[in-house]
Amino acid sequence: MPPVRIKDHWRELRIFESRALFAGAAMALLALALGGRLYLLQVVRHDYYSELSQANRVRTDPIPAARGLIMDRYGEVIASNQPTFQLELIPDEVPDLKRSLHRLVKLGLLPGDDIPELIRTIKSRRTFDNVPIRLHLSDEEVARFAVRRFEFPGVDIAPQEARWYPEGPLAVDAMGYVGTISEKDLAHIDRAAYAGTAVIGKTGVESAFEKKLHGTNGFQQTLVDAQGRPVPKPGVFAKDLEMKAPRPGDDVILSLDLKIQRVAEAALAGKEGAVVALDPNSGDIIALVSSPGFDPNLFARGITVKGYASLEGDPNRPLYDRALRGEYSSGSTIKPGLALGALTDGVIDPDKPVFCPGFYHLPGGRHIWHDANHEHHGEVDLDHAIARSCDVYFYGVAHEMGIDRISAWLPLLGFGRPTGIDIGGEKPGLVPSRAWKEAHFANPANKVWFPGETVNLGIGQGYFLVTPLQLAHYASILASRGHVWRPRMVTGLRNPETGRIEWLPPVYEGDLSNISADSWQRVVHGMIGATTYPNGTAYAQMRGSVYTIAGKTGTDQVVNESVTGNLGEDNGFSKIKEQYRDNAWFIAFAPAEAPRIAVAVIVEHAGFGSMGAAPVARKVMDAYLLGPDGKVLLPAAPRGPYSEPSDIRPKVVPSLPALPPPTPPASQQVADRGRSQPASARHAR
Amino acid sequence: MIYEEVSSESRTRRTLTGAARVLSALRMDGPLVTGLALTAAYGLVVLYSASAESLPMVLRTVMRLVLGTAAMLALARVSPNFLRRTSPWLYAIGVVLLLAVAVVGHRGLGAQRWLSLGPIRFQPSELMKLAVPMMCAWYLHERPLPPRWPNLLLLGLIIVAPAALVAKEPDLGTAALIAAAGLLVVFLAGLRVQVIIGMLLIGVAAAWFGLRFMHGYQRQRLLTFLNPQSDPLGAGYHIIQSQIAIGSGGVFGKGWMNGSQAQLDFLPERTTDFIFAVIGEEFGLLGLAVLLLLYAFIIGRSLYLAVQTPDTFSRLLGGSVALTFFVYVFINAGMVTGLLPVVGVPLPLVSYGGSSVVTVLAGFGILMSLHAHRKLMGS
Repeated sequence: MPPVRIKDHWRELRIFESRALFAGAAMALLALALGGRLYLLQVVRHDYYSELSQANRVRTDPIPAARGLIMDRYGEVIASNQPTFQLELIPDEVPDLKRSLHRLVKLGLLPGDDIPELIRTIKSRRTFDNVPIRLHLSDEEVARFAVRRFEFPGVDIAPQEARWYPEGPLAVDAMGYVGTISEKDLAHIDRAAYAGTAVIGKTGVESAFEKKLHGTNGFQQTLVDAQGRPVPKPGVFAKDLEMKAPRPGDDVILSLDLKIQRVAEAALAGKEGAVVALDPNSGDIIALVSSPGFDPNLFARGITVKGYASLEGDPNRPLYDRALRGEYSSGSTIKPGLALGALTDGVIDPDKPVFCPGFYHLPGGRHIWHDANHEHHGEVDLDHAIARSCDVYFYGVAHEMGIDRISAWLPLLGFGRPTGIDIGGEKPGLVPSRAWKEAHFANPANKVWFPGETVNLGIGQGYFLVTPLQLAHYASILASRGHVWRPRMVTGLRNPETGRIEWLPPVYEGDLSNISADSWQRVVHGMIGATTYPNGTAYAQMRGSVYTIAGKTGTDQVVNESVTGNLGEDNGFSKIKEQYRDNAWFIAFAPAEAPRIAVAVIVEHAGFGSMGAAPVARKVMDAYLLGPDGKVLLPAAPRGPYSEPSDIRPKVVPSLPALPPPTPPASQQVADRGRSQPASARHAR
Repeated sequence: MIYEEVSSESRTRRTLTGAARVLSALRMDGPLVTGLALTAAYGLVVLYSASAESLPMVLRTVMRLVLGTAAMLALARVSPNFLRRTSPWLYAIGVVLLLAVAVVGHRGLGAQRWLSLGPIRFQPSELMKLAVPMMCAWYLHERPLPPRWPNLLLLGLIIVAPAALVAKEPDLGTAALIAAAGLLVVFLAGLRVQVIIGMLLIGVAAAWFGLRFMHGYQRQRLLTFLNPQSDPLGAGYHIIQSQIAIGSGGVFGKGWMNGSQAQLDFLPERTTDFIFAVIGEEFGLLGLAVLLLLYAFIIGRSLYLAVQTPDTFSRLLGGSVALTFFVYVFINAGMVTGLLPVVGVPLPLVSYGGSSVVTVLAGFGILMSLHAHRKLMGS
């Protein structure tokens, strides 16, 4: 049994006092720890936490920059921005979401079958955010909502800048269009720079000049609370809210002349084809059409899957840019180019008549090449061979030149490679050669170049492929007698804030100086003959022009005659199904003595070149060169506010010889022959 | 001129002595009451800002302060002997009520702490904050100190039983405070150092096991305390935002009603458990220092009063009131600053809501009774 313990008050008091002292010391220690912690938070790490607190309450919202306008050489705008209205809804403020939406459907402001999807979208957003529920309201719809607005608490109309193409499909293949930023676009843009931007250039100028058109987005800092709601009176908590105004994108000035563009589009209306017209003195594109076109507004407003599928599935392929991406056989339009090569290489005598019986066969060969329409041209020299487009003559030219000379010569005229147009997206076409055939074909039997394939090249058939842009470029080289300008769509960039215009100089790529003046004279003369000789191929379509036109027709055989057979007088035009009809080409430049416009036209399945394509080219040239009085306008006449100053253009004056007499003296023929050497004009590139 | 000065001075003195006489008649300790009043007033100023200028909340807090003051005045008049004699009964009633909460009150989701007695909603755990130390002091009063093992085991049961019931509600914060109040009595009674160390070890082991049986959110709080960044928008949000608030306040603070963390809703529970961070943000390190000095004064004065009491019951209970008050402050400040895990412990006299204001003031009422009646108790 333990001893009975007696309470000792003195001892107990001492115990208590010592414990109280101990507790006091412990509390002091803990207080010190707390003080240290506060010192660490409020003094040592104060800056760090201040920043965190700042980041907590300041939200940075992007302000999208206004996209630059696109206008033609006279300042007529074809791509602008339109304040549109959209219907927005703040879920927090809508008492009965389903009921409100169903009443909007009744008002005809929402499509009825989208309601469940729409509700899901709304539910996925923050409850105090504006959720757009319907884009691009029409004025009438805005008005219809406005009178009933009181019935829809939490629903309102908000303005929104959207891309707007006021002319619809006009010049769509030059201008391009914008569309919703895709996964693919995001890969090559700075996401931060596009915060708050909904669309991006997809094709044409809109895409090629995206960086200039987009501008720089600004931002606005907003004071928000923990739920992200803007705070109404921010003065107390943030004296340092920043705002950076956006810098609007540059306006882009095109070389296009919309007056001419409209004429060209009207001329092609209802047909599939392309027109490219350019200024041979600068490479400026005057008109560029691919028909049929489409309305770019469909894309700018967010095209529906159904809408896109119907454009894609259209057998006339409106989305296909024929002008830059269509690769066709050149047909006979290549003949003047080949003639230049043959003259420069000295392989033909332009004055020596060749007898055309309507067919051709290689020396010692048995294969027969027919002339188009099985025409008998009789005795033809170069001039008439071009003017009347004698195939037999050019079968011979091609044979005389040989594939190696041809494949070296054609690239000098801009074929087989991109022209370098500033809106991109073009196809390179194809200039065949022995090396190409070797590389292109798998079967060893096909790797060899056959002489007969050279013969086909003489009339622009076979493997040789060109785009309408290349052919227009080629026409402009012919027009300027060998001066090569890179085709371009954009001439200047205008700062919308200062109004200052930065002019982009045209790019001169050199000249084909080894082609003699005499060669130019003969070839251009033959092309003038095509429009002026009564038996010239384009005489009927060019007759009565007050200015001189140098032109050349061409026919791209879609299928071999073995399919259609010999179809007699009108080449069977009326009897063949449309898709088997030949594509019609026409190239021209005018006035022939001092050209100001070069045109290439293709009309698909239109038959012979002079019938389908030549009238289109005529309309374009008339529109460009003639005043309202029917007389030729002076070159300097139409200078609009957005025409570039003339002094930025390099001074290159094309040599413009007077028309030579039809038959040069015999002595010169000898001299020409003596000069003939293989082509060495490569420096012109 | 001279007359006036003299008379005005004497008027002041007369007022002071008059007030002192009134206080002593009420069994109040002047300095302690002043400390409590200043702290409560400071709290009201902060609450007005933290509640986004909500006058109703401030008025409701004033009502609770009045209620607490009434309790304090009432308890200060009660004699220590009566308090001591009623201690076991109070404790017994408290345990029964806790059991009632566990049985009857357990019908809602989550924590069930309230018991409705007619129109009055009553939290038995608040009562236990006072009843447990009273019971411990009553038990030790009769026995020689320091306590022996058998006594300690019984004390352990006295403390753990209600604490466990409260923890099961679940209200870990209050359970910890109840246990602390009881343990502090035992500590002041002269618990041997070896035992303290041993209990600490057992405590660590119990915590380790407890972690496995904790409610999901309790364990989450603890784990979040260990690494708040692991879940910045979820469980760690409280701690991160309160540290941002305090840290961004700096030395001088952002100014009254200018704390963006508090005013723009970033700081959760800003009127209740995290009001300490509001002071840190708006009044800075200086504001917190003033508050902590007030608390230090209250604790120091309380300990001083406790030491002056003549008998074991009074000393142990009074000391416990003082030290428990410190535990309140330290746990709250520690959790808000990130020193301790987030447990729901309000900042005494400052946090909005709950019956804790009444309990705290009632505790000080008991302390003042123990002190004021010291000469009446023959020893």
